[in-house]
Amino acid sequence: MLPIIHEIERKYLREVPEFRPGDTVKVYFRIVEGEDKERVQMFQGVVIRKRGSGTGATFTVRKVSYGIGVERTFPLYSPRIEKIEVIRRGKVRRARLYYLRGRTGKAARIKERR
Amino acid sequence: MAMVEGLIGKKLGMTRIFTEDGEAIPVTVLEVGPCTVVQVKTVDKDGYNAVQLGFKPKKFTRLTKPMRGHFVKAGLDHGFYVLREFSVDDPGSFQPGQVITLAEVDLSAGEKIDVTGKSKGRGFTGPIKRWGFKRQPMSHGAKQVHRKPGSSGPSTFPGRVIKGKKMAGHYGNETVTVKNITVVGLEPDKNILLVRGAVPGAVNSYVLVYFNK
Repeated sequence: MLPIIHEIERKYLREVPEFRPGDTVKVYFRIVEGEDKERVQMFQGVVIRKRGSGTGATFTVRKVSYGIGVERTFPLYSPRIEKIEVIRRGKVRRARLYYLRGRTGKAARIKERR
Repeated sequence: MAMVEGLIGKKLGMTRIFTEDGEAIPVTVLEVGPCTVVQVKTVDKDGYNAVQLGFKPKKFTRLTKPMRGHFVKAGLDHGFYVLREFSVDDPGSFQPGQVITLAEVDLSAGEKIDVTGKSKGRGFTGPIKRWGFKRQPMSHGAKQVHRKPGSSGPSTFPGRVIKGKKMAGHYGNETVTVKNITVVGLEPDKNILLVRGAVPGAVNSYVLVYFNK
């Protein structure tokens, strides 16, 4: 990418902890409810994808909530993300963990990385 | 300082920035100016008032002799890749050789501007891409007509195809103006202008930025 665009983007990049696909993270996401009512919502799950570079980078977190798979994609550098907490590091052999979608329970386990 | 109607710029590419409350805005990064006044046109001499601006210096050795003469007349020792005219009310306040930068333009974030560019050439294009026609069924007996335009009009009356009927043909590579595009930010010392959304043309193509003042 052009250095000038890189420079513009740099102002919007924020400190984020290092995490990889396979890791379990807890995302503290600020949501606006109605008018000037804000609260922080937590979303905990396995990172199944990281994509993009610069300000356009996003990551997708998957969790199983009451037996239903829920995936949520966040912009990595969004100011609405209060905090990202890495709960557990996972050992996986590919970058996109779409195969988790077809698996539940024991089959959806990920080995811990040490 | 007299205002010029617009400046010449270059499309550098697109990115995405965040507002304070976390909204992501798609932006196009434009390099606007500095532009040099090459010629001043007046009603007395040319029948209308305008300034001819040059953008992106080009060496004399790369120019033809007649072009070189045109730039020497303006007191320059180099030429330009792009020359465009912008109409002005008071040609008297401009001199050939004068440099106009983005910093001299009274512009701030939130204002609306127009951007003219040359759209990407798409060659000979079918009616689906060119005019947004719907495609025909991919199955249910349809054969070889999936992306064809269908009927081109009625029968014996009028017995001809109406002029202007939308058909396949050359698409793109034409001058397109996007009006009322919002300025998201500017960095005058770097000649950088950020506008919301897309701007016609490929990256590195030249654009005209009109300030609407």
